Amino acid sequence: MNALASDLWPLTSVVWPVASVVQGIPSDTFYTGPPHFRWWIILYFFVGGISGGALLVASLLRLFGGREDTHFIRLGVYISFIGCVISAILLVVDLGVPLRFWHMLVQDNTGRLMFKWWSPMSIGAWGLLVFGFFSFLATLRALWDDRRLTWSTLEFLQRAPISIFGAVGGIIGGLFLAGYTGVLLSVTNRPIWADSEWLGLLFLLSGISTSVAALFLVSRWRGIRVPSTEKRLGQFDRIALILELVVLVIFIVSLGSVAKAFLNAWGVLLLLGVVGVGIVMPLRMGREAAHNVATASILVLFGGFVLRVVVLLGSEQIHVVGAQVIR
Amino acid sequence: MGARPLPILGEARAVMAQATANTVEPMGFFTDTTVCIGCKACEVACKEWNQLPARGDGGAHLEMSGLSYDNTVRLDGTTWRHVKFIEQFPEPYNGRWLMMSDVCKHCVQAPCLEVCPTGAIIRTEFDTVVIQSDTCNGCRDCIAACPFGVIDINHVSGTAQKCTLCYDRTTVGLEPACSKACPTDSIQFGPIAELQQRAQRRVEQLQAQGESKAQLYGADRNGPLGGLNAFFLLVDEPEAYGLPRDPKLPTRNLAKSSMLSTLGAVVMTAIGALTLRAKRLVAVAKEKQS
Repeated sequence: MNALASDLWPLTSVVWPVASVVQGIPSDTFYTGPPHFRWWIILYFFVGGISGGALLVASLLRLFGGREDTHFIRLGVYISFIGCVISAILLVVDLGVPLRFWHMLVQDNTGRLMFKWWSPMSIGAWGLLVFGFFSFLATLRALWDDRRLTWSTLEFLQRAPISIFGAVGGIIGGLFLAGYTGVLLSVTNRPIWADSEWLGLLFLLSGISTSVAALFLVSRWRGIRVPSTEKRLGQFDRIALILELVVLVIFIVSLGSVAKAFLNAWGVLLLLGVVGVGIVMPLRMGREAAHNVATASILVLFGGFVLRVVVLLGSEQIHVVGAQVIR
Repeated sequence: MGARPLPILGEARAVMAQATANTVEPMGFFTDTTVCIGCKACEVACKEWNQLPARGDGGAHLEMSGLSYDNTVRLDGTTWRHVKFIEQFPEPYNGRWLMMSDVCKHCVQAPCLEVCPTGAIIRTEFDTVVIQSDTCNGCRDCIAACPFGVIDINHVSGTAQKCTLCYDRTTVGLEPACSKACPTDSIQFGPIAELQQRAQRRVEQLQAQGESKAQLYGADRNGPLGGLNAFFLLVDEPEAYGLPRDPKLPTRNLAKSSMLSTLGAVVMTAIGALTLRAKRLVAVAKEKQS
């Protein structure tokens, strides 16, 4: 049991003094071993969601917004690029042999490209690379617009076809990065993750809401106030949060009897931390009052992070010991 | 374990079919759990031949599980054979032990091989599934894909590891270390077709003796995962042995999950375009009014 206890998240020793045997196994997924997707992966899912959502919002504003949106476009692009770099670092650090990260992209024995369209992790590695390209392109454009880069060769980035290409790529790449992580979890055999097909959509919506929250928070920190942009972003965020709540309920219902896995502290955290603090409270507060913006944004970010913690660690704690399933 | 269409995507199936096309003759294990005495000779032989440490972290001190005589507890990156002790004691002096030497099932359609993003997991000419440790980068996707909880990280190499069905021994015509060491022939190694016939005869024998629950697990080539190259004779339901009744491929969720996400992405793009362009439309309307 010592080995089992050391495998569990440190907090579990506080929350559950004794791991309990699962009675009446609700799904065949309960026999799969935990892949040790912990803090690096949780952080990656969180930061990757923000990064993807930020480029999506910035690209949408570039395509459909007005001149007054320029500040938020740049902020979104910078957030996405920094998030993309952090995401790549987190993914590499999480590997058992980090220096072999390139094996995801190139076959080490043949030198050919390594790509499996039916493996979300393989698609994800390529997706992050493509997303990084569009994020980098958008960052160069933002730096040019900001007059922080003055190389004349970058002038072509302002041309309409390139601008549209970058924005469309940013929308597709951003949506992909925000959502594929949930699909990756569904395409496993682990309890909770593989018992529902709704995780991809849930993470996508959460990525969008957390990215808008990050945009609001950074804009406040940088002293940027553009009421017209903020109003429209607030509307977009409100819809994303409502849809996130709906999809979260559908996700729990779709688990069927596996939802019993949340009849513990993780379930309480999901209800209070994600639904209560991360969705309902920010929706009730709104962002009309200026002093609410930062608070609501912090709550949304907190809820988005807790969602990933609950989904990942809620499954991670389920083990097979001998012939018994323990949680 | 009834026959039914396998939920595998077309291309993945083609890749696996191509891999198995080069097979010399499918080889594997038949484990008759009724004659297992729990001696753990297979565990020791496996560790000795494959030079695996007694403990995952390489330490010498062995801990007791406190659960039963089973102190190995589970298969992992350094334990590729695990003798399960299943105590079925409804009363103190009335019960039985079920013992089962668990191992990688070398699935005909292997979930680990299916998801591996580096190509480290391959199918050999014996139709067995092997992780190439020098290619694996320790992403752990295969751990979450294996429906039997077989694979885990070896903390010395940092890579995912599991039973290779002693590939280094079988390629030179030797029997795997575990079946060689088994003193009761609970673990039998050989061509799958031959093992299946032997297993079927044994089931019939046990049923004739009144063991009505005697059944084969994983022997059906039309069953889940296309059958298992390491299959078992059980005398209770699979769940009693800690085995899934209906193991599945992880890609069963891929199409539906991707479609839902794509649909959500399209909807959110449309909502984003509508909410974020509203100002421009209002401005245009005002211009028209003025």
